[in-house]
Amino acid sequence: MTATTTRPTLLRRALALPQAKIGLALTTVVVAVALLGPWVGPWLTGHDTTGFAGKPFQSGGIAGTDGLGRDVLTRFLAGGLTLLIYAVLATALGLVLGAALGMVAGYSGGRLDSLIMRGSDVLLSFPQLVFALLAIAMIGPEGWLLVLVIGITHAPRVARVARQSTVAVKDADFIRAARMYALPRRRILLREVLPNITGPLMVELGLRLTYSIGYVASLSFLGLGIQPPTADWGLMINENRIALVVEPWGVLLPVLAIAVLTVGTNLITDSLASAAARSSDATTSHTAKEASA
Amino acid sequence: MFRLILRRLAISVAVLWLVSLLVFVATLLLPGDPARAILGQQATPERIAALNEQLGLDAPVWQRYLDWLGGVLTGDLGTSAASQGPVTELLGGRIGASLVLLVGAAVISTAGGLALGTWSALRRGRAVDHTVSGISLVVAALPEFVIGVALIVVLSTTVLPVFPSVTLAPPGEPVWSQPIQLVLPILTLTLVVTPYITRMMRATMSEVLDSGYIEMARLKGLPERVVITRHAVPHAIGPVAQVVAIQLAWLAGGVVVVEFLFRYPGIGQALIDAVNNRDVAVVQAITLLIAGVYIVVNLIADIVGIMTNPKLRAEVSR
Amino acid sequence: MTAPTTVAHTLVARDLRVDTVTGQPVLNGVSYEIAPGEVLALVGESGSGKTTAGLAALGHFRRGLVHSGGDVSVQPGGAAPVSVLAAGERERRSLRGSTVAYIPQDPAASLNPALRIGRQICEVLETHGYGASAAERSARVVEVLAEVGLPADESYRRRYPHELSGGQQQRVGIAMAFACRPSVVVLDEPTTGLDVTTQTLVLRTVATLTAEHDTAALYITHDLAVVATIAHRVAVLRRGEVVECGSTEEVLRAPSHAYTLELVTAVPHLDGTGAAAPSASGAHVVESVSDGRHAAERHDVASGSGSASASNGDRERPPALSVSDLSVSYGDHRVLHDVALEVRAGECLMLLGESGSGKTTLSQCVAGLGRPHAGTVSVSGSPLAASTQRRTAEQLRAVQYVFQSPYSSLNPRKTIAQSVELPLRTLTDLDAAARRERVTETLERVRLDPALADRLPDELSGGQRQRAAIARGLVTTPDVLLCDEVTSALDVSVQATIVDLLCELRRELGMAMLFVTHNIALARHVADRIAVLRGGEVVESGTVDEVLDSPSHEYTRELLANTPRM
Repeated sequence: MTATTTRPTLLRRALALPQAKIGLALTTVVVAVALLGPWVGPWLTGHDTTGFAGKPFQSGGIAGTDGLGRDVLTRFLAGGLTLLIYAVLATALGLVLGAALGMVAGYSGGRLDSLIMRGSDVLLSFPQLVFALLAIAMIGPEGWLLVLVIGITHAPRVARVARQSTVAVKDADFIRAARMYALPRRRILLREVLPNITGPLMVELGLRLTYSIGYVASLSFLGLGIQPPTADWGLMINENRIALVVEPWGVLLPVLAIAVLTVGTNLITDSLASAAARSSDATTSHTAKEASA
Repeated sequence: MFRLILRRLAISVAVLWLVSLLVFVATLLLPGDPARAILGQQATPERIAALNEQLGLDAPVWQRYLDWLGGVLTGDLGTSAASQGPVTELLGGRIGASLVLLVGAAVISTAGGLALGTWSALRRGRAVDHTVSGISLVVAALPEFVIGVALIVVLSTTVLPVFPSVTLAPPGEPVWSQPIQLVLPILTLTLVVTPYITRMMRATMSEVLDSGYIEMARLKGLPERVVITRHAVPHAIGPVAQVVAIQLAWLAGGVVVVEFLFRYPGIGQALIDAVNNRDVAVVQAITLLIAGVYIVVNLIADIVGIMTNPKLRAEVSR
Repeated sequence: MTAPTTVAHTLVARDLRVDTVTGQPVLNGVSYEIAPGEVLALVGESGSGKTTAGLAALGHFRRGLVHSGGDVSVQPGGAAPVSVLAAGERERRSLRGSTVAYIPQDPAASLNPALRIGRQICEVLETHGYGASAAERSARVVEVLAEVGLPADESYRRRYPHELSGGQQQRVGIAMAFACRPSVVVLDEPTTGLDVTTQTLVLRTVATLTAEHDTAALYITHDLAVVATIAHRVAVLRRGEVVECGSTEEVLRAPSHAYTLELVTAVPHLDGTGAAAPSASGAHVVESVSDGRHAAERHDVASGSGSASASNGDRERPPALSVSDLSVSYGDHRVLHDVALEVRAGECLMLLGESGSGKTTLSQCVAGLGRPHAGTVSVSGSPLAASTQRRTAEQLRAVQYVFQSPYSSLNPRKTIAQSVELPLRTLTDLDAAARRERVTETLERVRLDPALADRLPDELSGGQRQRAAIARGLVTTPDVLLCDEVTSALDVSVQATIVDLLCELRRELGMAMLFVTHNIALARHVADRIAVLRGGEVVESGTVDEVLDSPSHEYTRELLANTPRM
C-alpha cells in the first residue's frame, strides 16, 4: 500500500468536512463583528459606547436603546472584543499549562504522575464556574483574574487528555528508539511525543475555546465578570433582561452573537474530532494488520 | 474488588480534605482586613480588633483552619456576614430547592440521553443519527443562560406565554408547591446536559457494536434484540456512568446560572448574593457543598464501573 | 492428505463480488466449493480479502462493505441448497451458528468479557432450539467442551473469558461453533497469536471434529505450513481474486501461478531449503565455526565462561556481546533467571522463545530499555549500565535495536531520512553534510530507494518501513544488532526478503547479531547458533545443526515436533 501523495494535515482534512465549513463561516462572522465593531459602531451610529441616545425605552438607533438610554447597536458592536480576548487568553493559558503537565505526568509516570493527577482531581472537584466564583468572591471581578481562573480550571481537563494521549504513544517503539539515541527528555517530549498528540490537543483547543466563551459570558451575565460601563454581550443580557418583552434587541442581539459564536467553534471542534478519529482508525488498521500478519 | 472500592473511597476522602484546604486557603487571598471589609472604612481600631477576636482572625492560620474544619465536620458552617445569622440556617431551605432542580434535570436528561444515544448508535449513518448528532452538537455548544433566555423568549414571553419566567414562591412555602414554575429551570438544565450524555452514549455504544464479541454474537445467529440487551448494553454502563457523573457535576455549576436567571431561591442564587456581598462564610460553605456533591457522585460512578466490570469484580474471588 | 471422495458440495461460492461503499472492489469474483468433511484453505496476505470472503459465507459484510454480485449457498445435511445471501434476515439468522458457524481470529476480542463461557455456548443452543430441555442443552455444552479437550465441570463453565489462556479461549470459540453440529465452519486464522504447541493442539481438534461430523471447513490463513498440515485443498487469494486452486499437494509442490510460487518459496524451512536461499550463502560465514568447536561451545555458553576452544582470533578478542548471570524480576515473578549468552563479531545467535519466555525482556536489557537487572551485559568486553541514560554515546552507538513492528518504530510525523539520521545527530559528531551522505549510503545498503527518504512512514509499505528501521539501526555501524521479531509484523513474501537482507548485511558488515524470534523454522536461514529460552532460562544452546538435528532438551524436541512443515 504505497501511497504516492502526502497525507493532508489534520487541519486540512477537518476543514474539508461540511460542519467545519458552516462552523468556520459562523465563527468568522461573529469574530469580524467583535473585532471591527468597536471602531465601526460609533462611526455607523454616531454614538460612543457609553453615550446616550434618547430617553429610556425610547427608540434610538435601529435596535433601540437600553434601560439607561444607551444605543443598543453601538454597544452590541463594541461588546464582543473584550469577551473574545479574555476567552482566547484563558484558552491559551489552560491549553499550554494542561498540555505541559499532562505530557510530563504521562511520560514520567510514577510519583510525579500521581502528584500531578491527584492535584488535578482537587481542581476537578469544582464545577469551573463555581471555582471562578470562589476566586472572584475573594479578589473581585478583575479581568486578569477571569483569564487566570478559567485558564487554571481548564488545565486539569486538558492535562487528562494530554496525559492519556502521551501514555498511548510513550511506549511506542519510536519513543524507545529515541531513548536509545540518548535524546534528552525535553526533546523527546517536544519533538517525538508532541507532534503525535496534536490531534487530541487541537480538539481540546476547540472545546476549551467554546467553554471559555461560555464562562466569560456567563460570569458577565451574573454581573461578576466584565464590569460596567464596558460594553459586553454577557453584561448587556444582564442589564436588559428585565426589559426583554419591551426592548428585546438589547438581549436578543448579544444572545444570538454568543450562540452563533459557540455553535461555530463547536462545529469546528467536532470536525477536528472526526478527522482525528478517522486518522486513528487508519492507525488501528495497521495494528489489525500486525495481528493478522 | 472490596479493596479496590476501599482504595477509591480513601482517595475520595483525601481529595475532599484537599478541597477543604483549598477553600480555606482562598480566604487568605482576601485583600486587606476582613473585619474592615465588614465594618467599613469608618470603623475604629477597637471595634476591628474586637471583631477580629470574635471571628478568631487573630489566631494563627493553621489554628483557624482547624477551627473552621472542626466546625464544618460538626455542622457549624459559621456566621453569614450579610445576614448575621448562621450559614446553616440560611442554606437549609435552599438546598432542598436546588436539589429539586438537580434531581429533576438529572433524571430526565439521563433517561433521555441514554435512550437517544442508543437509538442513534443503532441507526448509525442514517438520517435520524445525523439529525440527533447535529442537534446535540448545536445545543451542547450553548451556555446555560443562552438556552435559558431562548426558552424564556419562546415559552414565557412572546411566542407561547405558558410558563412563568420568574420564580415567585410565597415566603415560607416550598418552591415545589407551584410545580409550573419549576418547568423552565429544569428544562434549561436538561437541555444543557442531555446532548453530552447522548453523544457519549452514542460513541460508547458504537464502539461496543463494532467489537468482536458483538460481531460474534450476530454470527451465532442471535436475534438483534438479544445482541443489544444482553451483549451490548452491559458494556456501555460502566463508561457511561462516568460521563453521567461528570454531567451531574456540571449541573451543579449550571444551577448557579439558571437560578440567577429564573430568580430561583436555591443555593446558586445564594452563592451569587454571597459573592456580591463578599460573604465569605457562605461562599465557603456553598463551594464546599458543591465540591462534596461532585466527589460523592463520582465515587458512586466509579463504584458502578468497578461492579459492572467482571475483571475487577472477579478480584473478590482471588 | 487426500480429499474425501464426494460429489455434493456443502458450501459453494459462485463469482462472489464485494465492494467498499466507495466502489473499490474487495472481492473480484471469488468461487470455491467445499465437500462434507473437506478442509479448504483460503490463503492470502493482508489485504487480499480473505476474511471478507469467509464472512460472506455467513451472509455478513463488515461496515463499509457491500455485496455486489455472485452468491454463496450452503446445503445443510442432505437438504436442498440454501442461498445465504438471498435469504431473508430471519432465515439468515437461523442459518448462522446452526448450519454455518464462524471461528474468529482473536478469541479474546470475540468472547463477551462479561458473560460466563458456559452461558455463551449455551446461548447458541437456545437460539437455535437445539435440544428439548435445558438439561439436554447443558449436557450438550458439557459434551462439546469435552470434544475440544477442555474440562467441562461446573466451575469451569462458570469462568469468564479473561480467566482462560489464549489457547483455551480459542477452544471455547471452537466449542461454540461446533455446539449445534454445523454443516459448515469458517475458521479465520484461528491459531494466530498462539504458541506452536497450542497451535498444534487447536489444529488437531479442528481436524478431528471436521472429520467426525463431516463438516465442510473454510480455513482462512496466511501460513502455508499450517495449510500443509490441515487442508485437503487450497485456494490462493490475491487482491480479491482466486489465482490458483487445487489439492494441497499440487499447489504447494508444483504451484502453477507465479504468485503462489513466490509465496511457497518465501516460507522458511526447518531444513534450510526454500526461498530464503541466500541464507545458504549466509551460511558460509559459519565456516569459522569448525566442527570440533560445536560440542565445547554448548557448555561454554551455558556456563558463560566464553569459548576457550574458539579460534585464536576469537580467543584474544572479547565477544562482541556477552551476557552473564542476567536475572530480572517483576515483584515476585522472575522473568529471567541467570541467563548467559555470547555473540562474536560476524556471528548470529538466534534467541528462540515463545511468548512469556522472557526473550523480549532479555533484548531490552541488552538495549538498555529494560528494568534494573542483576548480572552483566558487556559489549566488546566493557560492561554496560542497565539504563540508556547512563550509557556513553559510544556504547549506545555500539548496540542497535531493530523493533518488531515497523508500524510503531518510526515516528509517523518524521520523514524516513529524519528518523534514520536521528542516531547520527545524537551519537556522533558528524556535520549535517556528512550525516546526509551517511543516510543516503545506508538507505542504499538496505536496498531502499533514496527517493523515499523524504517520505513519511505512512507512505511506505511494511517491508519498506522495516528496511528504513534497519537502516536506522545500521547507520551508526553498530558492533551488535538486536533484531526483535523483525519479521513477525510482515507478510510472508516480505518476511523472506527482510531475512535475506539481514543475512547479507551481517556478512558485509561483520557485526554480531542477536536474532530474537519465536519461529524455529528461520534457524537455518539466519543463525549460526541457537539459544532456547523457556520460562526465563536458557534450556538449550548450541549450533543450529546440533539443536535441530539432535535436540537435548525435551522442550526443544516438543517445539520441533509441533512446528508445521510443508
